[in-house]
Amino acid sequence: MNQRKKTIFWLAASALFLLAVAFLGYLWRDEALVTDFSRKNLAPCLKYPFGTDFMGRDMFVRTVTGLSLSIRLGVLTAAASAIFAGVMGIGAAVLGKAADSAITFLIDLVMGIPHILLLVLISYACGKGFWGVAVGITLTHWTSLARLIRGEVMQLKSSQYIQIAAKLGQSRLQIAGKHMLPHILPQFFTGLILLFPHAILHEASITFLGFGLSPEQPAIGVILSESMRYLAMGRWWLAAFPGALLMICVLLFRVLGESVCRLIDPGSVHE
Amino acid sequence: MDKRQIVRGFAGLARVLLLILGVSFAAFFLLAVSPIDPLQSNVGQAALGSMSQEQIDKLREYWGMNTPMAVRFWNWAWDFIRGDMGVSLLYRRPVAEVLLEKTANSLWMMAAAWVLSGVIGFALGVWAGANRGKWQDKLVTGYSLLMASTPAFFLALVLLMVFSVWLKVLPVGFAVPVGTAAADVTLADRLVHGILPAAALSLTGISNIALQTREKMAEVMESDYVLFAQARGEKKWTMIRRHGLRNIALPAMTLQFASVSEIFGGSVLVEQVFSYPGLGQAAVDAGLGSDVPLLLGITVVSAVIVFGGNALADFLYGIIDPRIRKGRERGR
Repeated sequence: MNQRKKTIFWLAASALFLLAVAFLGYLWRDEALVTDFSRKNLAPCLKYPFGTDFMGRDMFVRTVTGLSLSIRLGVLTAAASAIFAGVMGIGAAVLGKAADSAITFLIDLVMGIPHILLLVLISYACGKGFWGVAVGITLTHWTSLARLIRGEVMQLKSSQYIQIAAKLGQSRLQIAGKHMLPHILPQFFTGLILLFPHAILHEASITFLGFGLSPEQPAIGVILSESMRYLAMGRWWLAAFPGALLMICVLLFRVLGESVCRLIDPGSVHE
Repeated sequence: MDKRQIVRGFAGLARVLLLILGVSFAAFFLLAVSPIDPLQSNVGQAALGSMSQEQIDKLREYWGMNTPMAVRFWNWAWDFIRGDMGVSLLYRRPVAEVLLEKTANSLWMMAAAWVLSGVIGFALGVWAGANRGKWQDKLVTGYSLLMASTPAFFLALVLLMVFSVWLKVLPVGFAVPVGTAAADVTLADRLVHGILPAAALSLTGISNIALQTREKMAEVMESDYVLFAQARGEKKWTMIRRHGLRNIALPAMTLQFASVSEIFGGSVLVEQVFSYPGLGQAAVDAGLGSDVPLLLGITVVSAVIVFGGNALADFLYGIIDPRIRKGRERGR
C-alpha cells in the first residue's frame, strides 16, 4: 500500500467509526435514559461493557448517546464557526481599511479572553443549555481561521496574475470566482475539519463545568462530572471508559482532518 | 530611543487599553443580556415562593436587577478605573480581595505548568524533529496527538484516580489539608496539593509546543545549510545548537506566550476536578451563581494577563532577534 492508499484507508475507517457512533447514539437516545435499580452500580461485564451507574443506567449506551450528541453538535458548531470565519476573513480583506481594522480588533478581543472563560460568559448570556453551547462554540472558534483567510485573500489580491486578470478586463466577480475561490476553498475545508476536535472538546468541557447541556441529558460532560462523586468510592469505570471513548473520537477526528489535508494538498500526491 | 519608537510604544499601549475596555464591555454586555434570573439560581424557586414581595424587592436590589445596563456598566467602569472593583455578591467581600486570594492560589500552579510545559515541550520537539521519522519522532508525535485529544479535565480525573484513589500517595483535592487551621498549613502541604493540578496542566500543555517545535526543527534539518554543515563534518548536537535552536527559538517563544490563555482555560477545568480554590474555580462559581462583579473582575484580570503575555513576547523579540535589534539600531 502506498502512502495515499493508506491515508484513504484511515480516512474511511475513522469516518465510518464516527458515523457509527453518531448513528447508534441517535438510535439509543431513549434507551440511555432507562433506569433499572435491579442492576445499579455494576462493574463492567460482558452484558454492560462500561458498567452501570447509581441509577442502573447502562453506561455504554449512555456514553455512546452522549458522544453522538457531541459529534452532531461539534459538526454543527464547527461548520457555523467556519462560515463565520470565512465571512469575517474575506470581509476584512476586501471591504476596505475601516472594516479591516474593526475585524482585526474583534479578533484580538476574542483571543484576549481565555476560551473557556468566554464560553462561560456567552453560555451565561444565552441562558446556558443547548443554545449556550452552540452559540458559545461558534463565536469562540472562528478567530484563527478568519485570520488565515484574511491573510490569504490579501496576498492573492496583490499577486500578479490577479492584477493581470483585472487589467485584462475581468470583473471582480469573475476574479473572485475563478481565481480566488479555488485557493481559498481547500484552506477553508481543512480549517473547518481541524475545528471539529476543538469544538467537541470544548463542548465536553463547558458541559462538564455546568454551563452547557442540562444535567438531564446524557451528554459526555454530564457523565464525567457525575462520575467525580463516585471516584473516591472506587467506581473508576464511570469516568475511565466514557473519557477514553471521548478521547478516541477526538483522536479519530484529528486523523480524519489530517487525512483530508493530505489528500487535498497536491504536493503530497507522490508520497 | 527616538521619537518614532516612543510614539509606537504609546500606540501599542493605547491599543491594549482599548482592547481591555472592549473586553470588559463585551463581558458586561454578555452578562447583562442573560435571561438567567440571579434570584432563582441563588435563592431557589421554593424559597422565593415563600418570601414576601418586600423581601424579593430587597434581593432584586442587592443583585442589581433594577438598574439599567448602561448605568450599571458606567458605575462599574468608573469605580474600576478608580481602583474599586466592587463587592462580590457571593463572597460578600471586595472583589479585589477575593481575586488576590484566589490568584495567590492559582498563580504559582499556572506558572509552574507554564514553565514545565514550555521547557519539556520544547526539548521533546527538538528531539523529535532532529530524529524525524525515527522512533523518537513517532513517540513524541504520538504522545502529543493523544494529549491534544484529551480534555484537560479527563486527564485530571485519571491522575486523581491513579494517584489519590488507587495508590493513595497524593491528596484528593483542595489547596490545603482538610480540617487544618490556616496558620498550621505548611509550604509542603501546599506543594503536595498542587502537584496533581500542575501535572495535569503541564502534561496537556506540552503537546502543542512539542508539535510546533518538531515541525520547525525538521524543516531546519532538511535545509541546505544543515546539509553543508553535515558535509563539513559537524556533529549532530553541534548542528542542533548552531543552526537548529537559533532558528526555532523565536516561533517557540511566540507560541509559549500565546499559550498563557490556554493554561488559564485549562486551570479552570483542572481546578474544578481537584476542588482547588483558585481563580478558575472562582470563575465557575461566579458564573453559576450570577456574581456579576466577580466574573467581570476575573475576565478583566485574565485579559490583562493574556495581553501582558503578548506584549512581553513582542518586547523580548526585539531583544533576542538580532535582525529586529539591528533594524531598530539602523532606524535610529
